[in-house]
Amino acid sequence: MNPRPVDREDPDRLYVVTGGRSTADDTGLDLVTLIVSECEPSPGQQSEHARILGMCRTPMALVEISADLRLPVSVVRILLRDLLDMGRITVRHPASARSDAQRPDLETLKQVLLGLQNL
Amino acid sequence: MDSRTSDRQPLRTTAKEGLKIVVVGGFGVGKTTLVGSVSEISPLSTEEIMTQAGAAVDDLSRVQHKSTTTVAFDFGRITLNEHQVLYLFGAPGQERFWFLWDQLFAGSLGAVVLVDTRRLTDSWYAIDRLEHHQMPFVVAVNRFGGSAPTLDQVRDALDLPEGVPVIECDARQRDSGKTVLITLVRHLTQLYDRTPAQELTS
Repeated sequence: MNPRPVDREDPDRLYVVTGGRSTADDTGLDLVTLIVSECEPSPGQQSEHARILGMCRTPMALVEISADLRLPVSVVRILLRDLLDMGRITVRHPASARSDAQRPDLETLKQVLLGLQNL
Repeated sequence: MDSRTSDRQPLRTTAKEGLKIVVVGGFGVGKTTLVGSVSEISPLSTEEIMTQAGAAVDDLSRVQHKSTTTVAFDFGRITLNEHQVLYLFGAPGQERFWFLWDQLFAGSLGAVVLVDTRRLTDSWYAIDRLEHHQMPFVVAVNRFGGSAPTLDQVRDALDLPEGVPVIECDARQRDSGKTVLITLVRHLTQLYDRTPAQELTS
């Protein structure tokens, strides 16, 4: 849980994989947005892009991709934005991000409750 | 590293809705234990970048010149049904991590405040932030031996609003973790069932 310097890892890597770009723009990608590949990785692709396409043959949440790539969430967001712009992935947004509502609807909650009770 | 991915059961192809519940609490209170006891996967850890000022970094090109740190957080997941997947996040409760909270809380169903009765004051900041965010929560008391103080005493000490459920919990036990989550979702259902949407957004 303790913050630790990024420098200890590899600052250049973060710079290179994102092309030094800003994360300030809102990509609309939540931690739990599910990502699905729309094509297979191809030779010559940036390696992180290729790895994401390989991982997301079945749906995978942004935060899981971040954990597997061992890259910070903001960096993964940028990579996903690229892939989205190129049409190589599609996203399944959480319901909460699809509407302006700050709260889940009751039907969603009832399904969640049932799911938990059935565990 | 790829083995980490393949060791893990992939999500169903029909999965389409990711949901979040956040577990907050002080250092060592058992957040990861709770997440792990109900999660279908071994808890994973990842990180987010924060600048020294505590704000999310806005320009990675300055990483090399700026004092930048990362903050790690753990998570697990529960496949609820064909479409819904619930992600459980363990969030550090200390004040300096507030920026991470915003990201975790956005769109979350609600939160679990996990407390250690020997260090109740550790929870004050978390509860304050949750109320500020108008994020519904339940308080789960993770007992580390002994039975005092009582749940009512915990409620008083934390100055909890009426209606916020306070329950016992053994973070190591799957059934106990499950009960905590069910208590939270029931609380949400009751909360939203009787409160018209306008009142909450006003």
